[in-house]
Amino acid sequence: MAGELYAYRREDGRVGVRNHVAILPFDDLANAAAEVVAGHVKGALALPHAYGRLQYGADLDLHFRTMIGTGANPNVAACLVIGIEENWTRRVADGIAATGKPVAWFSIEGHGDLEIVRRASWKAKELVQWASELRRESVELSDLTVSIKCGESDTTTGLGSCPTVGVVVDRLVDAGATVFFGETPELTGGERLVAERMATPELREAFTAMYDAYVAEIEASGADLLGSQPTQGNIAGGLSTIEEKALGNIEKTGTKEIVGVLGPAQAPNGRRGLHFMDSSSAAAEHITLMAAGGAVVHLFPTGQGNVIGNPIEPVVKVTANPKTAASMSEHIDTDVSGLLSRELTLPQAGDRLMGDLVRTCNGRLTAAEALGHREFVMTRLYRSA
Amino acid sequence: MSDDGRRSAPHRFLIHRRADHVGVATSDIEAGERVVGVYMDDDSTIEVEARGAIPLGHKIAVEALEPEGEVLEYGVRIGRAPGGLAVGDYVHTHNIKSARW
Repeated sequence: MAGELYAYRREDGRVGVRNHVAILPFDDLANAAAEVVAGHVKGALALPHAYGRLQYGADLDLHFRTMIGTGANPNVAACLVIGIEENWTRRVADGIAATGKPVAWFSIEGHGDLEIVRRASWKAKELVQWASELRRESVELSDLTVSIKCGESDTTTGLGSCPTVGVVVDRLVDAGATVFFGETPELTGGERLVAERMATPELREAFTAMYDAYVAEIEASGADLLGSQPTQGNIAGGLSTIEEKALGNIEKTGTKEIVGVLGPAQAPNGRRGLHFMDSSSAAAEHITLMAAGGAVVHLFPTGQGNVIGNPIEPVVKVTANPKTAASMSEHIDTDVSGLLSRELTLPQAGDRLMGDLVRTCNGRLTAAEALGHREFVMTRLYRSA
Repeated sequence: MSDDGRRSAPHRFLIHRRADHVGVATSDIEAGERVVGVYMDDDSTIEVEARGAIPLGHKIAVEALEPEGEVLEYGVRIGRAPGGLAVGDYVHTHNIKSARW
C-alpha cells in the first residue's frame, strides 16, 4: 500500500479527489457568460467548449451524456449550468442534480448575458464558499475510478511507461478499484488480445462490434493513415506501424479480466474492475469522455512528451524516455526511464507511480494542473443539422 | 549470440520477447557499432553490428527476414518487410509496413 488516501465522498457515495465548483456552458453561446462568472468568483471553474447547437440523434445523446457526466463527476462539488435555451439547459442540470449535489441552471434567452452573469455569480459565490468547507476523509483504493490513455507514444512507452501503468492497473483492480481504458482504433493489431480478456462472450461480442464499427468508419474514408495514426510524433519516436503502437498501448491495461464494455462517456453502473470504453485516441477527447464516465484521476504514459491536462480530472504523466524526462521535465510527474537502463525493475517503477497516484489523489497538483492545462473537448459523432 | 545472461558491455537495446525480429535502441547507436541487446523475457543477450544509425527508441533487426516476411515484436506481428531485413538493419517506416492499414 502506497499510503493513506484522503478524498471527498459525495452525496451519491462516489469519491472525488478534487473539489471544483464547475460553471458548465451547455452550448458554445454560453461560454462567454460562464467565463465571466468564473473570472468573478475565485475557485469557480468554467468549462468552455465548442458545441451544443443543432445536434441530433446519437450525437446529441452523447452531448447530454458528456455534459451530465462531467457535472456529476465526483471531482465536482457543485455545478452551475448556463445555456442559451431553457429546456436543454435544465435537462443537464436535472441529470447532474440526480447525484444529490448542489446544481443551479440559467438560460440566457430573454435575459441577456449581463443579467445571467449577475445571477450566476451570486450563486457561484455561495457554492464556492459552501464547497470550501467540505473536508477530505479517509477512503480506500476501491473507491477510486482511474482512467488510462497514453500519448505522443514511442517505443519507450511500450518498453517502460505502459508496462508501469499496467502494474498499477493490476494492483488497483486487485484492490477493487474501477479502471477505464479505450482508444478503440488504436487497438488495431492487438484487438484480439483485448477480446480474449473479456469476462463473458456477450462482452466480447459487444467489444468486437464497437471495434469493427469504428475501424469500418476509418476505412470508409479511404485515407492513408500513416502520419495521422501513427502520428508524426509516434514515427519520430520510432513507431513504424499501427500494430506496433497498439501492442505498446495495450501493455498499460495490465493482465486482468475485462468486466465491462461501455459506450463513450457511459458510467459503469456500480460495477468495479477493468472496463473498456469506446473512444478516440485523441487525448483531450478521450480524457473528457472518461471523466464524464466518472474517472477521477488519469494515468498518462508518454514517450515523446504530450502536455495534456483536463480541467476536472488530474492527469499524471509518466515517461520512460530519458530524453523527454530531461527536455520536458516540467510536464513529467513520474520518471521511470531507469527501466530502459535496467537500473529500475518493473515492480519498483510500479511502486513509484503508485506513490505519485496516491499523492495526486491526496491533493498534490499534477504538472498539467500546475501549468494550467484544461483541455476539455467534446466528442462529435457527426455534423450538426 | 550468447545465452549466458552476463553482459560484457552495457546493453544498447532491448528485445521484448525471444521470438521477436526487432529490438529497440535504449541509447543512440552509430552505424557500424557492435552493440549488445537484452531479451526482456529471459535476460539472455545478443550482439549485432548496426548497419545504420539507430536513434534511441528506434528499432534494430535481430533476425534476417525474407521479402514480404512478417515482422514480430511483443511476440506478435507488427507489419511486414516488403524487401526483407538483414541482421543489424535500421528498421522503420522505410522498410516495414502495416499489414492492417
